Amino acid sequence: MATLELSNIRKAYGGTPVLDDVSLSVAEREFIAFLGPSGSGKSTLLRIIAGLETLDAGEVRLGGERIDPLPPGRRGVAMVFQHYALYPHMSVRENMAFGLRNARVPREEIEARVAEAARVLEIEAQLDKKPAQMSGGQRQRVAIGRAIVKQPRLFLLDEPLSNLDAALRMRTRVELAQLRQRVDAAFIMVTHDQAEAMTLADRIVVMNDRRIQQVGAPMEIYSRPANTFVARFVGSPAMTLAPAALSDGEGPFARVRLASGAEVETRVPRAGLPAGDGLLLGLRPEMVSVTAPGAGTADAEVMLLERLGERTLVYARLAGGQDVTAEDKGDSPLRTGDRIGLRLDGAAAHLFGPDGAGHHAEAAR
Amino acid sequence: MNGARDWRGLLFVAPFMLLYALILVFPLFRGLWLSLNRVDLFGDGRFVGAANYVRLANDPIFSTALLNTFKVTLMIVPVLTVLALLLALALNNAGRGAALLRGIFFSSAVLSVTIVTLIWRFVLAPDAGLLGEAWKAAGWQPLAFLSDPHLVLPALAITTIWWSLGLPMLLFLAGLQQIPHDMYEAAALDNASRWTTFRRITVPALRRTIVLVVMLQTAAQLQLFGQSQLLTAGGPSGASRTAVLFLFETAFGRWELGYASAAAEMLFLLILAVTLAQYWATGRGREASGAR
Ligand SMILES: Nc1ncnc2c1ncn2[C@@H]1O[C@H](COP(=O)(O)OP(=O)(O)O)[C@@H](O)[C@H]1O
Ligand SMILES: [Mg+2]
Repeated sequence: MATLELSNIRKAYGGTPVLDDVSLSVAEREFIAFLGPSGSGKSTLLRIIAGLETLDAGEVRLGGERIDPLPPGRRGVAMVFQHYALYPHMSVRENMAFGLRNARVPREEIEARVAEAARVLEIEAQLDKKPAQMSGGQRQRVAIGRAIVKQPRLFLLDEPLSNLDAALRMRTRVELAQLRQRVDAAFIMVTHDQAEAMTLADRIVVMNDRRIQQVGAPMEIYSRPANTFVARFVGSPAMTLAPAALSDGEGPFARVRLASGAEVETRVPRAGLPAGDGLLLGLRPEMVSVTAPGAGTADAEVMLLERLGERTLVYARLAGGQDVTAEDKGDSPLRTGDRIGLRLDGAAAHLFGPDGAGHHAEAAR
Repeated sequence: MNGARDWRGLLFVAPFMLLYALILVFPLFRGLWLSLNRVDLFGDGRFVGAANYVRLANDPIFSTALLNTFKVTLMIVPVLTVLALLLALALNNAGRGAALLRGIFFSSAVLSVTIVTLIWRFVLAPDAGLLGEAWKAAGWQPLAFLSDPHLVLPALAITTIWWSLGLPMLLFLAGLQQIPHDMYEAAALDNASRWTTFRRITVPALRRTIVLVVMLQTAAQLQLFGQSQLLTAGGPSGASRTAVLFLFETAFGRWELGYASAAAEMLFLLILAVTLAQYWATGRGREASGAR
């Protein structure tokens, strides 16, 4: 059964549309990540769910009940703000108890819930401190604690990790993963960090340009991107998209020709592909390996090397001027300007039609 | 650091220090000296020790003036603070109308006391005043705001509040702008009512501003002078004479400069004591509620 149901949500700020016909269904106890570039409307959608922003059209339902006409405090959701938004004049304990007191929860119950949350989050020693006396990581925990004690049906987190340093971010990521195991609620987390989305979420909602571009499990998003935007946005470094034309042939799979003349045999079914050119061949770096000149699918020149330790990223240019990112071993002997061959692994390659829609190899299924 | 360097540093503050000494420190001590002398218009006078102070302590006119001053300050400061806060809350939004109203409410602050008292004389005068006419229209006997000894201090307070509203309102507006918006969003998600939000979020955040406004206004209103002189000339029979008006009359009416100086020193000490007491009280309050 769906916990949260968003249907046909529209939102504009003074004539500028920000969300256009957004629909989404979140299952019970599911962890959803809204992933997208800055300004794609992730926060706006989250705030519409929280009730901090009105919607122009559409419905929000939580547990079957329509919540979009309700004020934020009556929706059964809890939010962790990007900048925590702790009340500076209240102690940690009061910060966590504030919402419960407003909801007239009995005192013993409040104390029990605060104590339990403090225990879980390991902030028992800080309960009587003010937020200003705490570190960023501790404040983050208080913000999460303030959400937990409400026992909401849905947690909303707006870039919860973006204000933490790298080490703390990793740790908090693990703790968030543990937290969602313990609590009986769904999570929606806004992020522009794909690693965060990939590691935490059951499903990722990729947003761009006012719309949901794709909804899917992390690996599905990665291996079967719905369109060129998702293909380029997810995965680092970004997927190479090379203009290609469908070659004549009779086989069940598409064979394409790049501008440089190189031909690639894909495993994408020929049926369903638009005829002619205007296609894009999608190659992730790990699908392109380096060979001796002439020994691969195409020859290229090394433009730039990025040595990451365990592997080397090779930014190369094909004869036709097309840039391709390839991967080589960590101790690659290549140098900038070298002539190399590239073997393009057509079996894993993607094709994108002129409309941007993705077509994927059957083997990847 | 060497000595020469220290000395050169002093040069930078010297102009300010000189001016400060000339127009503030020197008069303070000069006044103190004057207060120990019997001085009139002609000449430097003679040393009389604490005689002026003894006379002050036994002068019923001075004690009435002091009492009037404290009464009118007590009438003004709480009302002014609350009104300014309410106005700031009401006008703390980005709309055009709010900006216009902010300007209108602040505009009274730029008027001189002469104009303010002129305006309020028109309003308060019992025979032809605005308020009197309104009262008459309602079928009541108009109140003699400026001649009834029980009403003259409230009339002074109302005039002063109207005149002084702008600056505290501006200070509160500035304070309100400092409160992060997500604090209110968190409160909304915490199901806080408007009153709870005001009491638990807004007021604590404005604490410092409230203290500042109260202290500034207390110190200012204890020196209330122009309104009292121009509206009622301290009357009827001294019912609206304030400490500074007493001072003015003594110094420039009767030319008893030494006696007036003693009164000025007394008033200075009183204001200092009240301000320090307020400072101390709010400082303790902060400790009790836990340091930030
Ligand atoms: N209060 C607002 N008024 C006007 N425009 C806004 C407001 N909030 C957000 N926007 C605009 O809406 C778009 C989406 O914003 P947001 O949801 O914050 O994006 P994201 O969280 O994905 O970075 C942006 O173009 C932003 O400029
Ligand atoms: Mg955002």
